[in-house]
Amino acid sequence: MFGDYSLGDLAAIFAMQGFAGLILFSVFLLMALGLAIIFGQMGVINMAHGEFMILGAYVTWMTSNFFQAYLPALFSGYFFVAMILAFLASGALGMLVEWGLIRHLYKRPLDTLLATWGLSLILQQCYRSIFGAREVGVDLPQWMLGSFQVTDAIQIPINGVFVMCLTILITCAVAYVLYWSRWGRQVRAVVQNRVMAGAVGINTERVDRYTFALGCGVAGIAGSAFTMIGSTGPTSGQLYIVDTFLVVVFGGAASLVGTIASAFTISQAQSTLEFFLSGSMAKVLTLLAIVGILMLRPQGLFSLKVRK
Amino acid sequence: MFDNPRFANRSELLGIAVLALLLLAILPLTLDVFRLNLVAKYLTYSFVAIGLVLCWGCGGVLSLGQGVFFGLGGYCMAMFLKLEASSAANTKIQSTPGIPDFMDWNQITALPFLWQPFHSLTFTIVAILVVPAIFALIVGAAMFKRRVGGVYFAIITQAIAAILTILIVGQQGYTGGINGITDLRTLKGWDIRTDHAKFVLYFVEVACLFACIFAAQFIRRSKLGRILVAMRDKEDRVRFSGYSVANFKTFAFCAAAVFAAVGGALFTLEVGFMSPSFVGIVPSIEMVIYTAVGGRLSILGAVYGTLLVNAAKTSFSESFPQLWLLGLGALFIAVVLAFPNGLAGIWRDHVQPRLSGSGKPGKPWEAIADKTPAE
Repeated sequence: MFGDYSLGDLAAIFAMQGFAGLILFSVFLLMALGLAIIFGQMGVINMAHGEFMILGAYVTWMTSNFFQAYLPALFSGYFFVAMILAFLASGALGMLVEWGLIRHLYKRPLDTLLATWGLSLILQQCYRSIFGAREVGVDLPQWMLGSFQVTDAIQIPINGVFVMCLTILITCAVAYVLYWSRWGRQVRAVVQNRVMAGAVGINTERVDRYTFALGCGVAGIAGSAFTMIGSTGPTSGQLYIVDTFLVVVFGGAASLVGTIASAFTISQAQSTLEFFLSGSMAKVLTLLAIVGILMLRPQGLFSLKVRK
Repeated sequence: MFDNPRFANRSELLGIAVLALLLLAILPLTLDVFRLNLVAKYLTYSFVAIGLVLCWGCGGVLSLGQGVFFGLGGYCMAMFLKLEASSAANTKIQSTPGIPDFMDWNQITALPFLWQPFHSLTFTIVAILVVPAIFALIVGAAMFKRRVGGVYFAIITQAIAAILTILIVGQQGYTGGINGITDLRTLKGWDIRTDHAKFVLYFVEVACLFACIFAAQFIRRSKLGRILVAMRDKEDRVRFSGYSVANFKTFAFCAAAVFAAVGGALFTLEVGFMSPSFVGIVPSIEMVIYTAVGGRLSILGAVYGTLLVNAAKTSFSESFPQLWLLGLGALFIAVVLAFPNGLAGIWRDHVQPRLSGSGKPGKPWEAIADKTPAE
């Protein structure tokens, strides 16, 4: 099958395919980060995670329209404003949902799953009523269009590079917040022993609420980043939810390194297989391999050793 | 397993009798064939719901992949019917006569190996029961032996549902792709599309449903069923008492899978096609919500829950398509937050005491709300 290509062509194909895999990796990681906080740390199954992401995407779309209409001079920088707004909007909705729904269900993880599925249906219908059933896309500012010409045959799109940089930045920020800040210590204390954490004076309810809100906010940023590489519709979130959960479970819940490693493995496996097989078979084989590995090693790639 | 003399107490028998009256007399006499066929379609989902009562309500194992088993049963039946519909005489305009039309469209020239045995009705019926059971056995045994439970099991079964859907859609030449297997005509020469056939099939289905209800009731009343409940509430204690928890869970999962597959096969017969839209994540979760609305601990509740949610879905989505998703979402949340025991719980806690005239509520049911997670 490689007979028709010269060696240089092949190298270029593999480089571009590898880069496509890296973009997929960024996407998976951005989606999984929020879930790693909510599911990994708190043990809450949020099936509406995709809808929080889509909220971020719609906020970005609205911001871009606003800038286009009223502040065309600043259009090239709208994305940074949009990201902050997306974070705030998704985070605020997350806080509301935690207060109204999730906090009643901490003892019933399976029921959280059903309730948040109901929430996702409601949100989808709201998006459809407000923004219409058609997918929307944003206009990218001029500097994000085009691509770097590395060699004659290799082109690397700028928006892809931007999304990757953004992913690295957000991952570092989340890691800092969870592992090095005072608040992150409180979160981990509550996760490991709720009663004891309360006894030493941590306001566990507040920690829960802000943890959930942070996870949702990160999902909002992920949705915001999505608008740069694809369009957004009311049901786009649902497409990703299984992948996202598998990334988190495969990496080992409660482990940020695991999430990164598993997002990398899954995305590279999928994009490499896509080159050899059809897209659907690549996806099937990747998912099957993950499920198979999870059956043999249910705790995932990296597991936190905690005495229960 | 036979040491429990009472198969069902009086009120349970009464409940089954009322359901029988409703399904066998009231509905067939009052509804036209079109509506009756709709009821038949809904009832096929209630097989899945009964399975979920055993597996989730009693055993505490939530499977979000019941659509997989529904689909396996349905596809087995559909393959048989499709082969009968695509006899050499019916398909002589194709470039390869005698194979299903979608294979011909996808340039497949010979019947695939997997399809060969489905010429036989006996094999098909055995396959409907055995294929899902073996599949559930493999998945269940692999996971429960390693003590994967609860949330992780739910996510993995959901992933399996996603995989199967992508596979069916992707392998268009072998499975009919996104359209599924359509244009099914006869069962052993008997046309299943006529009104008369639909009427007969409805009664066949109700008979199967009652067989499933009795089987589920038997399992629940037996010692096995009690171990399932014990396991749900305090898994470690059951394990320390010397029971193999994994085997019991696997059994419940397999039983639920077989029920779902029977439902799927009947669905194909009733509706006349099978497609991946009954296999994936969304239908699988909807099936769980039927069970939750009916009451996850009540076998009869599951049947009523399925009928009510589907009837509501049909009438709402006909008149207010926008409101339907909002209503369904709100129903999920309301059932989970306020009525974890579903309709059956409301009936038992509020209606039954009034009927019996004692005026005081019955004993609270097995309290789900206070249950701590099993892990």
